[in-house]
Amino acid sequence: MSVPSVTRAPAATPGTAAHAGRTVRTRRRVLGLLVLLLLVVAACAASIAIGSRPLGPGTAWTALTDRSLRTEEAVIVWDLRVPRTALGLMVGAALGVSGALIQGHTRNPLGDPGLLGVTAGASFAVVLAIVLLGVGTPAGYVWFAFAGALAGTVAVYVLGSAGRGGATPVTLALAGSALSALLFALVRTMLISDSDSLDAFRFWVVGALAGRGADVAWQVAPFIAAGLVLALLNAPALDLLGLGEDVARGLGQRIWLARLTGLGATTLLAGAATAACGPIAFVGLVAPHVVRAFTGPAHRWLVPCAGLLGAVLLLTADVLGRVVARPGELQVGIVLALVGCPFFVALVRRRRTATL
Amino acid sequence: MTTSTPDAPPLSAPTSDGRVRLAAEGLRLAYDDRVVVEGLDLTLTDGSFTAIVGPNGCGKSTLLRALGRLLRPAAGRVLLDGRAIQRTPTRDVARALGLLPQTPVAPAGLTVADLVARGRHPHQSWLRQWSAEDEAVVAEALSWTDMGDLADRPVDELSGGQRQRAWISMALAQGTDLILLDEPTTYLDLSHQIDVLELVARLHAERGRTVVVVLHDLNLAARYAQRLVAMRDGVLVASGTPHEVLTEQLLADVFDLEARVVPDPVAGSPMVVPVRRLRR
Amino acid sequence: MTATVSTVRQTTPPEPGGRPAGRAVTLRLGPVSARFRWRAVVVPVVASAVVVVLGALSLGRGDYPIGVGDVLRTLAGAGEQGQRFIVLDLRAPRILVGVLVGAALGLAGALFQTFARNPLASPDVLGITQGASVGAVAAITLSGGSSAGELLGGLGVPLAALAGALGAGALLFTLAWRSGLDGFRLVLVGIALWSAGQALTDWLLTGAQIHDASAAYVWITGSLNARSWDQAEPLLLSLAVLVPLALAAGRVLGVLQFGDDTARGLGVRVARAQGAVVVVAVLLVATAVAAAGPIAFVALIVPQVAVRLTGGSRPPLLASALCGAALVTGADLLTRTVLPEALPVGILTAAVGAPYLLWLLVRGRRTPA
Repeated sequence: MSVPSVTRAPAATPGTAAHAGRTVRTRRRVLGLLVLLLLVVAACAASIAIGSRPLGPGTAWTALTDRSLRTEEAVIVWDLRVPRTALGLMVGAALGVSGALIQGHTRNPLGDPGLLGVTAGASFAVVLAIVLLGVGTPAGYVWFAFAGALAGTVAVYVLGSAGRGGATPVTLALAGSALSALLFALVRTMLISDSDSLDAFRFWVVGALAGRGADVAWQVAPFIAAGLVLALLNAPALDLLGLGEDVARGLGQRIWLARLTGLGATTLLAGAATAACGPIAFVGLVAPHVVRAFTGPAHRWLVPCAGLLGAVLLLTADVLGRVVARPGELQVGIVLALVGCPFFVALVRRRRTATL
Repeated sequence: MTTSTPDAPPLSAPTSDGRVRLAAEGLRLAYDDRVVVEGLDLTLTDGSFTAIVGPNGCGKSTLLRALGRLLRPAAGRVLLDGRAIQRTPTRDVARALGLLPQTPVAPAGLTVADLVARGRHPHQSWLRQWSAEDEAVVAEALSWTDMGDLADRPVDELSGGQRQRAWISMALAQGTDLILLDEPTTYLDLSHQIDVLELVARLHAERGRTVVVVLHDLNLAARYAQRLVAMRDGVLVASGTPHEVLTEQLLADVFDLEARVVPDPVAGSPMVVPVRRLRR
Repeated sequence: MTATVSTVRQTTPPEPGGRPAGRAVTLRLGPVSARFRWRAVVVPVVASAVVVVLGALSLGRGDYPIGVGDVLRTLAGAGEQGQRFIVLDLRAPRILVGVLVGAALGLAGALFQTFARNPLASPDVLGITQGASVGAVAAITLSGGSSAGELLGGLGVPLAALAGALGAGALLFTLAWRSGLDGFRLVLVGIALWSAGQALTDWLLTGAQIHDASAAYVWITGSLNARSWDQAEPLLLSLAVLVPLALAAGRVLGVLQFGDDTARGLGVRVARAQGAVVVVAVLLVATAVAAAGPIAFVALIVPQVAVRLTGGSRPPLLASALCGAALVTGADLLTRTVLPEALPVGILTAAVGAPYLLWLLVRGRRTPA
């Protein structure tokens, strides 16, 4: 190599710039995390205090802290609002985290768990439970919805990866929409001539926190907890997969292990959330997006922050639904779809180039 | 540049002691039923700088993928330090061998520093996520590739040449002494091609890395590499020093090209001056 | 050495598109000349024949079977009173609505899919039929309640559906427009509209009387039950205008498929052409849905079937329209004769269409846009 090498200006003191940048970024992430935690606390407080019967912050606090009280307020707080808030917290976090995982795995910032057959599978199973077994309460649907969501996701994944190219974001989306259409056709066939079953189903399919007691929260809690642990384990692998499968493998990541963990976590989280509340759109899509603004593409931060924001979104939408339609309430799934739609459109319009 | 990093190989100039680092034996590579590489044998010795050349679609990138364990051979095997690479755990391979695919893409918003930091993954675990050594190696890799000032810029906002430097910086931070690069000069103008190849040559000369690179440009390959491997239609046609390989006969056989071969006035390596394409 | 080379080379060449397009034929008649592939002619001819045969069969079949001779006699103007009523006033308009709706949906699907270069881009996914559902369900469920409900109820379900579809189409157009329509942006905005429409429909259903909810549920599935000349006539009139417009757009579509820059280079005013294509497609869907409800999967599946039958790189417009007509007519015939219960035709099209799409996926061929 007798080629004269190009002379370059000597680099600045090695690494100082990089180090400074890292500190700034970390500070921003920590700040974002703290703000999110505060928001979660505020949303929980609002969810406990606000409702068809508003309680002052003082009343709510006394009812919460003094368990010896047997007042009407104490009953409302402990029997209705606390379980509902806990459930909202869990389901919101589950949806936010599963959205972050799906978007990371498909490398598609517009991924959503609903695309992968979770909703259709759960709906189909719930209708079967209503029509064939006469189940009629949200608590009774949980196991059916959960099993349906699991089966739906696995079926979509198997069908989507059966083709020659394996599972790609496009084949998964196609398989998801085809299977959903088929299952919903079957759902309609069962419901069209059976108005009693339709009557039960139409209140499940909107997605709501109302009417789910502490028993539902306890039923889904272990699955959501397991899903969250898997998701956190999966986060570093997602950072590598973001560089492409070749680079990720070159850096020592076992691709199948990462994919399997991610699929397992997504299914557990989205399945348990749907089982508890019915289908809820947009949280899984929107939460990772907003959080990405301060975490950047680092999944170690992105995944937990998306979970926190998901919880905030769900609780806020639930509180909003209780306020806007007094004395009744608007189901949380509907509030989220109506609020999420304009947000999503704005997001799509802002993007300069389309990537899928 | 005299700083040495804990895991970098000895700083001395490469000593080709002839120890075989990477070898292919009777390799057959195929996508589904379509055979791309057939019956290929190749050995790469420690401290060597090899360029794989050949016409489009001859299987050179496929060969590189197999050497990097990204593609499972249909027959034959690849040996890394004498051990079958398919049976070596992914992480062990990642500590010995770094690979840069053609036109890799980074997610939107990922900064150069973060990209280079991800090169440390094979050395990390859940308990040991970011050691002082990681920090030092990344900082050193950034400054060695002159990327220190761009460390906080998103990779997707860099120019083509800068982006390629960032990826090479990541490969350097990975700390492997074997590096495979698939057409690192694609889409770059001539001065940036030279810039990137200078960097790769320095990896070889100053850091003692064993380098395998797939290249399109024969003149640049002849100038920088110690050894050329020429392929056509999935078969290894010739292998040797640039002077041995780049003959007018071989250019006709492999590239269907009538050409003169003259000494490069700058480096003295063989230089191809095309005359016309030969019809077969 | 040379021997090895040649053997390897024989195994290498891949089929680029995987789908032979058939031989092209050029017809010249004085100054007029046209190029077409023979399969692109045969498929529409065969599909038309299928539509005619299915329609004819359909006229005679049903709860009250009528022989072929009697059907022909009735059509010619003779025949007894009762048979005239059944054939001309009950079955003929229903069959005609089926044919026209199928054709409109197939055509609109082909327009959208070609335009967006995406096989998923169908009016079902883009929220247009969902908009129609919101209108129709509101008309069905609110008619007894609020003053807005009275207004909608007065409009009648078809007009409310038409208004909903056109509203959704207008929203889709304005929200996706940014100095031109990008296919990908169109799909994403459409998905957002779809979710909002779905939520509104679900919400309206929870607030309704249960028998209203059941009626609304039948409507959103898409049904040809009790369709009469009241639906057939306006449909016929609007399609007489829209179908020629859509076919005229076909020439521009072929160029738009190569991307905006190439199209501009070939002399197409891109933004205007895109706008025209989307407007025509939205109008086609709106009229079809107002007549029969959102019959599932026709617009999604039919263009994909048609492109596989004719070959070529994009869904053929005429063949898609005729295949759509054949699918809906056939499915309606099945619901009226073979199946035990009078299921809405939309269930059958989904039950046939979805497995077909899954089969395409598993077979692993590339899906053309």
